[in-house]
Amino acid sequence: MQAVTREILINKAAELLGNGTVDRVFGWKKGEFSYDVTPALFTTREAMDADFVFGDFCGANFSKYLVAETRKEGKVLVFLKPCDTYSFNQLLTEHRFDREKVYVVGIPCSGMLDTVKIKAVAEGIASVEDNGDRVTVHSLFDGDVTVSRNDMLPDRCKNCKSKKHVAYDELIGEDGEVIDSGRFDEVEKLEKMTPDERFAFWQNELSRCIRCNACRDVCPACTCEKCVFDNPDSGVENKAAANSFEEKMFHIIRAFHVAGRCTDCGECSRVCPQHIPLHLLNRKFIKDINEFYGDYQAGAEVGSRAPLVNYTADDPEPAEAVERSHHDA
Amino acid sequence: MRKISLDRINDLFAAIAAEFRLYLPVDTNGGARYEEWAEGKILSDELNTVRSAKDFFFPQTENLMDFKTEGKKIEIVDTRSETEDFVIFGVKACDVRSFDVLDRVFLAEPQDSFYKNRREHSLILSMACAKPHETCFCTTFGIDPSAPMGDIVCYKTEDALYMDAKTEKGAALLKKIESITVEDNGEAAEKQKKVIRERLEKLPLHNLTADRFGGDKTAEFFKAPEWKELSASCLGCGTCTFVCPTCQCYDIKDFNTGHGIKRFRCWDSCMYSEFTKMSAGQPRLTQLERFRQRFMHKLVYFPANNDGMFACVGCGRCLSKCPIQMNIVKVMKTLGKGEEKNV
Amino acid sequence: MFELNDPLIPVIGEVTDIRIDTPDIKTFRVVTPDGKKAFAHRPGQCAMLSMPGVGEAMFSITSSPTNTEYMEFSIKKCGCVTEWLHSMEVGQQITIRGPYGKPFPVDDEFVGKNLLFIAGGVGLAPLRSVINYCRHYRDRYGKIDIVYGSRSKDDLLDYNEIISEWANDAGVNVHLTIDREQEGWDGHVGFVPNYVKELGFDTDKIAVLCGPPIMIKFTLNGLYELGFDKTQIYTTLELRMKCGIGKCGRCNVGSKYVCKDGPVFRFDQLDELPDEY
Repeated sequence: MQAVTREILINKAAELLGNGTVDRVFGWKKGEFSYDVTPALFTTREAMDADFVFGDFCGANFSKYLVAETRKEGKVLVFLKPCDTYSFNQLLTEHRFDREKVYVVGIPCSGMLDTVKIKAVAEGIASVEDNGDRVTVHSLFDGDVTVSRNDMLPDRCKNCKSKKHVAYDELIGEDGEVIDSGRFDEVEKLEKMTPDERFAFWQNELSRCIRCNACRDVCPACTCEKCVFDNPDSGVENKAAANSFEEKMFHIIRAFHVAGRCTDCGECSRVCPQHIPLHLLNRKFIKDINEFYGDYQAGAEVGSRAPLVNYTADDPEPAEAVERSHHDA
Repeated sequence: MRKISLDRINDLFAAIAAEFRLYLPVDTNGGARYEEWAEGKILSDELNTVRSAKDFFFPQTENLMDFKTEGKKIEIVDTRSETEDFVIFGVKACDVRSFDVLDRVFLAEPQDSFYKNRREHSLILSMACAKPHETCFCTTFGIDPSAPMGDIVCYKTEDALYMDAKTEKGAALLKKIESITVEDNGEAAEKQKKVIRERLEKLPLHNLTADRFGGDKTAEFFKAPEWKELSASCLGCGTCTFVCPTCQCYDIKDFNTGHGIKRFRCWDSCMYSEFTKMSAGQPRLTQLERFRQRFMHKLVYFPANNDGMFACVGCGRCLSKCPIQMNIVKVMKTLGKGEEKNV
Repeated sequence: MFELNDPLIPVIGEVTDIRIDTPDIKTFRVVTPDGKKAFAHRPGQCAMLSMPGVGEAMFSITSSPTNTEYMEFSIKKCGCVTEWLHSMEVGQQITIRGPYGKPFPVDDEFVGKNLLFIAGGVGLAPLRSVINYCRHYRDRYGKIDIVYGSRSKDDLLDYNEIISEWANDAGVNVHLTIDREQEGWDGHVGFVPNYVKELGFDTDKIAVLCGPPIMIKFTLNGLYELGFDKTQIYTTLELRMKCGIGKCGRCNVGSKYVCKDGPVFRFDQLDELPDEY
C-alpha cells in the first residue's frame, strides 16, 4: 500500500494552485480499470477530484515529460517518487529543462505493482485491492485471489535502489534511505554464463522485439531532439525488425548511448510490450562502471561528472579494463 | 461436429502437421506467440497472443523483390513463390475479423499479391473465447467471441476439443483427421457458448458502443478540442499500431546487402513523426495530429470507404500494451461523451 | 498465381534524354529498354520512379498522353531520390511503375470550357501534360490562358516550348512573370497572385492552380475576389507516398488517399477534407 493517499496529493496540489506557486499539475488520471493510469495535466481542484488517482499503478516516471512541459509558460507541479528524482537530476545535469519552471513535491513509494504479474494471477481483472503485505485480485469470473504484495512487484521495485529523494522543493512524508539492493544479482547471473549461453539468452529475449520504440520513447536518458534511428540521413534509420539488426544493434547501441546517464529507473522494461528485460543491459553497464571507476549513481547529484566523460589519473588503463572484462566472461 | 479428448490433442496437431505447416499459440517469457508446431510444443492457455495474427498475412518485414545493377543496367528479380497451404490454430474471434479488415485493404484493386498468396493458402482454425478479459470489447463491433468465423471453429472445454467445419476447406481438413476424432452432437459446444455469452455480460466494456462514429463524422470529430488532452502524454511510440491486428500502414525501403539490393516492406506507424514527412514539409506537425489520425482512421475514415466497417476489432491489445494507457476505448468514451448502449 | 505483376513491382525504364531546364530542374525522357512508352496515362497522373538502393518517389508525368512514344518527368532537386536522378547520365536505367491517381477531367468537365492555367515554379510540371493535351485537342476547348511565374527567367520551366509553341497557338494566351527585375527580361515582373488579379480574368472558365502553398493560397483569394467559385478551381496535392495504390497509409487525408483519389482535387472537394495537406 502506498504511504500517501490521493486526498493528500490533491490537497497539496490545490494549495499550490491556490497560492499561485504553480498553474498546473502533472499527475495520474484514472482509467477504465484499477491499473490503467494515464499521465495527465490538471489545472483545477475539481478536475483532480474527478479524475486524479494515486496508487499502486502509478509507476510512470514523469521526469522526461518535463522537457516538453517546461517549454510552456508558467510553472508545473510534478509529484516525483524517489527513483524519478534521479532521472530528474540527470536531465538537469544535461540541461534538458529549466528547473525554475518546475515545482517538485517528493512523495514516498512502497513499490508499484507489475500489471503483467497481476494479470497472471487471475483472468479477467475486476479490481485490485492492496492490503499492505497482501494484494487481493478480484476476478470477473473466478472470485478473489490473494497473493503476497512483494511477489507482485516488478524487478525494479523488488530491487529498489533508493527510497531517498535526491531532488525536491518539498517532501510529503519522511524521506527514506539509499538501499543496498540486490539489483546486480541478475547481472551477475548473466556474467556467470558462458558467452554462448549469454548470447542465447539475449537472442531469445531480443527476438521478441517488435521495434515499436516504446523503450526509447519512454527513456528519460533518450531526449535527443532527433534520434539517430529516426534520421533518414544517418544510414541506420530502420523500422524493419530484422532479427540480425534488432539483436545486435538497436538495443546495444541504445545501451551504449545511455551508459553513464541511465539512472536505472526501469521504465524501458515496464513499457516493453514483449516483456524483454531491457534494464539488465543498462545495469550491466552500471555495474561495470562501478567496478572500473568506483561507485557512481547517475542523477544522485546535479552536475556530477560521470566516469565515462571524466578523466582522472586513477582511471584504469584500457588494457586493465579489457583484462577485467575477460575475467568476467 | 468432431471431438477429440484433450489428452490426445498432440495427436491432432501431429496429424495436421503431417499435411500442413501448423502454427499455434505457445507460451514464452513475454506472453503467448504463434510458433510453428513441433513435437513438444504446448498450446498456450493465454486468452490471446501478444502480437496479433496479422503477421501471418502481413509480416513485420518482407522482401518484395531484388535488384541487380551493373553499370547503367538494372535487373528486377521477382522473388515471389507460391506459399504452401498452412494452418493457423486457435485464432480468436477478434483476430479472425481482423482478416476481413485487412482484406478490405490488401485485396482491394489493385490486389497485393504478397498478401493474397498467403491469405489464399491459409486455413483458419478459430477458437471460442471461454474466458474473455476485462480489456475485451469485440462485441462493440458486432463480433461474437462464442462463435468466431474461420474454416473450422473450435471449442475447448476442460477435457475435450470440439471442431465444427464452416467452409469446404475446413470440412476437407476434418475429413482428413476423421480417424482420430469422434462425432459429437454439439451439446458441449452449445453449453460453452451459453457460458461465454453470460460472461460477456459481466465485462466492464460490454456496453461500449461505436454508434456515435462512422464514415460521415469527419466534421464532427476532426476539430474536437478533446484531442489535445487525449494525445497530451502520448509518447509517439508504435506499440499500439504494432500490436494492433488491423493497423496495416507500411513503408517500402531498399537495402544494399553488398551483393545486390533488396526492396523490402515493413510495418510503419502513423504515430511516428517521420511517417508523413517530406522534403517539402510536414502535414502532421505534432503528436496531436498523428494520434488523431490513428483513431479517426479506425473510427471514421475506414468506415467511410468500407461500408461502415470499423477498423477496430476490440481485441484489447492496445489497452494492455500502451505505455501510457491511452487507447481507443478512452478515445471513444471521451469523444462520444461517455455514451453507452442502453442496458 | 503470379502471372500478374504485383502493383509494387516496377518495370525497367531507360533514360534517353536529359534536359537541363533551370538550375534545379531537369526533364528526363523515359522509355522501356525496347524503346516503347512504359504505359499509357491520362493528364495529371503520376508514376513511381526509383533507383534501386536509393529509393522510390512519386512524380507527375509531364509529357502529354498524346505523346505515344515516351514519357517525360520534370524533376526538381530536393531530396535524396531527386538528387540521385539529377546525377544520372543518358542511358541509365531506372524503375518505373504507374500510372497513379485520378487525372484532370479533360474529357468531361473541361470540354467546351475556357481554361485558365496558373502555375508557379516547378508547379508547371503537372500542368504541362494537361496543357499539351488540351492544345492537341484544341477544338474541344474554348480559350486557353496560361499564367506562369518563377523566381527569375532562368527558373522558368519549359521556357523554349512556351515561347516557340504555346505562345504561337491560336486561342492560347501566355502570361509570364518573374519575381524580380532582371537584365534581358522585358516581360511582367511580380508575383503570380498579383499578376492574376491585374490580368482580371472573367469567371467564364475553369482555373487550374499548381505551385507552392503560399502561391496557391493568395491566388485562390485573388480568384475568389474576381468572382470564381470553388467548383471552378482545380489543383493537385502532394503528400508523402510509398505504395501509390491507397494501401500504405501515408497520403491518407480524411477518407481520401491522395495517390488514388487525387492528386487532382477541385477546391469544393478539398473543403470536405480535414486540413492536413
